[in-house]
Amino acid sequence: MHQVSEVQKNEATQSAPAIVESATFQQLMRQKNGFILPAISFCLVFYFTLPILTSYFTILNQPVFGDITGAWIFAFAQFIMTWTFCMMYSKKARAFDRLVEQIKEESK
Amino acid sequence: MNYTAVALFAAIVGLTLVITYFAARKTKTANDFYTADGGLTGAQNGMAIAGDYMSAASFLGIAGMIALAGFDGFFYSIGFLVAYLVVLYLVAEPLRNLGKYTMADMIAARFNASKVRGVAAMNSIAISIFYMIAQLVGAGALIELLLGIPYTTSVIIVGILMTVYVVFGGMTATSWVQIIKAVLLMAGTAVISFMVFAKFDFSIFKMFSEVKQATPLGDSFLNPGNKFKLPLDTISLNLALVLGTAGLPHILIRFFTVKDAPTARKSVVYATWIIGAFYILTIFLGFGAAAFVGSEDIIAANAAGNMAAPLLAQALGGDLLFAFVAAVAFATILAVVAGLVLSAASAFAHDFYSHILRKGQATEKEQMTAARLASIAVALISMVLALFAQTMNVAFLVSLAFAVAASANLPVILLTIFWRRFNTGGAVTGMVVGLFSSLILVALSPNLWAVDGSALFVGEALFPLTNPGIVSIPLGFLGAIVGTLLTKSNEVAGNFERILVKANTGIDAATEVAASKE
Repeated sequence: MHQVSEVQKNEATQSAPAIVESATFQQLMRQKNGFILPAISFCLVFYFTLPILTSYFTILNQPVFGDITGAWIFAFAQFIMTWTFCMMYSKKARAFDRLVEQIKEESK
Repeated sequence: MNYTAVALFAAIVGLTLVITYFAARKTKTANDFYTADGGLTGAQNGMAIAGDYMSAASFLGIAGMIALAGFDGFFYSIGFLVAYLVVLYLVAEPLRNLGKYTMADMIAARFNASKVRGVAAMNSIAISIFYMIAQLVGAGALIELLLGIPYTTSVIIVGILMTVYVVFGGMTATSWVQIIKAVLLMAGTAVISFMVFAKFDFSIFKMFSEVKQATPLGDSFLNPGNKFKLPLDTISLNLALVLGTAGLPHILIRFFTVKDAPTARKSVVYATWIIGAFYILTIFLGFGAAAFVGSEDIIAANAAGNMAAPLLAQALGGDLLFAFVAAVAFATILAVVAGLVLSAASAFAHDFYSHILRKGQATEKEQMTAARLASIAVALISMVLALFAQTMNVAFLVSLAFAVAASANLPVILLTIFWRRFNTGGAVTGMVVGLFSSLILVALSPNLWAVDGSALFVGEALFPLTNPGIVSIPLGFLGAIVGTLLTKSNEVAGNFERILVKANTGIDAATEVAASKE
């Protein structure tokens, strides 16, 4: 039952400031920030566009396909957006994991 | 009395108690109790997150809200789902790397002060209890409708069951109850949705055009604005929904049940697919109820619309399907309340008792006893409060809990991970300002005040919006930032590097350059 605590014990001989200054860690942070911040900002802007459009304008009340109005199409697009960005992150994160492994090796 | 329903309810109670029995035999240490020994796989935890999250609000509340108000109800579905991007991108992995049992652990990893831990624990307890009231209201209404047992008795039955799961089976029982519930809920929702779709000859177009003719709202059923009249109220709700999930203690503690950050990430991905599929189906539940049950009957059963989904099942599949769906709703509530009891109890026992009161000196046995006693106390408090909230829509009640979570917890969680200058004073101020501003604004809102006497108090609401998020969330951030700038702290910079390394890699490195291990 102690398999977990062993996995968690990632103690380093290097100090935290030294790890932060290492090239690999800097690369990890650059890659993460370069992807995560623009992506989540886009998602939130896309998300708030819907309530803003429905609250202050009536354009989304127009039927687009049959009786289905723009609001429902936009709402459905939110689902597609969520799943797409979910999988994109999942894919990107594999590269982050590789860098993390490298940092762990270097800091031992 | 619907005997099929009684039998199915009994089957669910029986099954969950069997799970609890086996879980209890595996629950020997505090780590077992709080995290199921961190032994869940990504898929298991993903299903458990879905089971923990899709609550009475989602199943009963949203279906009713869409049936009665059309598009406005669907805002909940969208916000509840998109919120998982915030969890995935910003919170899940750092939380797993920094924390141990509770959300407060994560903040305390950076600011090791009793007051920080104490305030974080207080927030966890307040949010979990707020959320639990909503679930118990749903449970009470459901059991009353179905088995004819009075509301008060129903709340007490659910309260006893959730206490038993948590006290004996801890996180292991809670997780498995949530996994089984996720399967049942998805199955039940898929069956009803399929039947609704079949009634419209599997044509989305036919569904949209026939539903709007069936409701008293007519064309406007498909348009936003039937429930939320004020633009700012809509935006405030959406803000609370999308930012709230990442601050909900009962969801956050689920990330401690897996072994590492990559597994925590996988569990969010699984959860996002399951939860998204479910929320798409809420359209079928809501539209079906509007078309085949009708507003009048929905309101007659429960003014807030909470009974729309079970009534739809009855209209489509008679007593058998009704009983099945009601039993699914019952399982849904049990799984969520168990998670809530656990999160509030861990804040009491792990944060207040073990860390603050005993300064980390409590024995394993004392910790377990404290956790169990705290679970009982939390359950009792919630049950008493639920007796006063009977007439409110459960999706709406839950949205208030989201607003409190987004205002009180999320700012501090994010700033702990991302802001170098953030300090103890800022953490405490942010949490206190977020919690009290959201609670006070709710207390002054039209939810509790109405001129015509339809709310708890008679009079003009001092705060015009039903959801406080748009004011209280910025206040939470502002409190944290101003609090930081006004207080000075010197341990911060070095500690931040340690947190930065640990949050991003899981590596536990020393702060001092000179420190060498072993």
